Amino acid sequence: MSALSDVTAAAEGGDGGFWEDAYPVIPHPGELIVGIISFLVLYVVYRRLVVPRLEKLLAERRKGIEGGIERAEAMQAEAKAALEQYRAQLAEARTEAAQIRDQARAEGQQILEELRAQAQEESARIVARGEEQLAANRQSVVNELRGQIGALAVDLAGRVVGESLEDDARRRGTVDRFLDQLDGMAPGTPGDGRTGSSVFVPGGDR
Amino acid sequence: MTTMVSAAEEFVPPSAPDFWQPLVGTGAFAVTRSMIVMLLVTLVLAVVMVAATRRLSVVPGRGQYYLEGVYGLVRNSIGRDIIGSAHFRPYVPLLFTLFTLILLNNLMGIVPPVQFPTMSRIGFPLALALGVYVVYLVAGVRRRGLGGFLRNLVPSGLPFWVVPVVFLLELVTFLITRPVTLTLRLFGNMFAGHILLLLFALGGEYLLLHGEGLLKLVSLPAFLMFFLFTAFEILIAFLQAYVFILLASVYIAEVYADDH
Repeated sequence: MSALSDVTAAAEGGDGGFWEDAYPVIPHPGELIVGIISFLVLYVVYRRLVVPRLEKLLAERRKGIEGGIERAEAMQAEAKAALEQYRAQLAEARTEAAQIRDQARAEGQQILEELRAQAQEESARIVARGEEQLAANRQSVVNELRGQIGALAVDLAGRVVGESLEDDARRRGTVDRFLDQLDGMAPGTPGDGRTGSSVFVPGGDR
Repeated sequence: MTTMVSAAEEFVPPSAPDFWQPLVGTGAFAVTRSMIVMLLVTLVLAVVMVAATRRLSVVPGRGQYYLEGVYGLVRNSIGRDIIGSAHFRPYVPLLFTLFTLILLNNLMGIVPPVQFPTMSRIGFPLALALGVYVVYLVAGVRRRGLGGFLRNLVPSGLPFWVVPVVFLLELVTFLITRPVTLTLRLFGNMFAGHILLLLFALGGEYLLLHGEGLLKLVSLPAFLMFFLFTAFEILIAFLQAYVFILLASVYIAEVYADDH
């Protein structure tokens, strides 16, 4: 109140009325009212229009960014899945390759076995045939020798005895008897067919 | 205006009456120059803001970029960071209104041809401070009820005999100190800044026109200071708008603070 009276006193001295010389901290009612009205009008405009629009924009932008992040995450997950798939396929291919390799190895082993068996069989067959041939040869040799030895022996004996044994039949019988006697003299001689003279043929051959 | 006429012979420094500039009528409801500036600024802001936000795109252009910069400063750096992300949204229009209105009005102090800071007339900062005052009182009472609001003025755990004293102090702070300081800070800064500008401009002019001999040259540093302080006023204009909404946010934030 004292301030107001001062102001009034000051106003009396001026020529522009109370408000020209009033203390500047005293609000002018008209200006206060205009200030309140302007403030309220602008506030309503901002609240109704400006701020909601800006907030909507910010929300949209945030949504856009979040959507972008989601998309990126989805793509990352997709890439990860594809990588897993490729890895699985690779592992599968590896096991398959290993299987094929094992199988090939087993087959090779089998083929080797078969070949070996075949070769053994073949060699056994060849040996058997050789033995057969050997036996046949020996038989023919024995037969041939038997004839020659007989003739020689008879010839020798005839010369020794001085008489000629003309009768072939008798002669052969004699020789055969003689040879049979030889056979009979050594029936249990071991290895007689190979180590001894080829003359002493085991009786089983006949 | 009258001072300049009478200053023909003797220099009269600028003073409070220079801010009283009625255009139409006289007395308590005269239409003054600052009223016109205020209405003009309000109109420009409303039109520009509505037009600028009509077509907002997610990828901003240059104009929208600046608009979003100012809005982001008010909304995030002050509103959200001080009031808190849970409660700041309803107060964004208030803070944005205060910031843009104060900033543009302050800039009018140096922008030709207006060159008159509206806020150097105390009625306007008082109007804005009253807005903040009503908002934080109403919000406080609505949140806690009148009893809770009054109880919350006093921090818990005080000795019983201190409680009435603190209660009175806090009540005075809430009801008187805050709106008054909010008003006076803005008013004082703009008033003093404009007085300084007037002093350098009028003093330089006086020296140039009526100075004796070499004294005319002293008008040069005076004019230089005028330009420097004009640039400085841009900073003040921004700073005062910033401080005003900063304090408004702090007062509102107290409503939501769980402890005192």
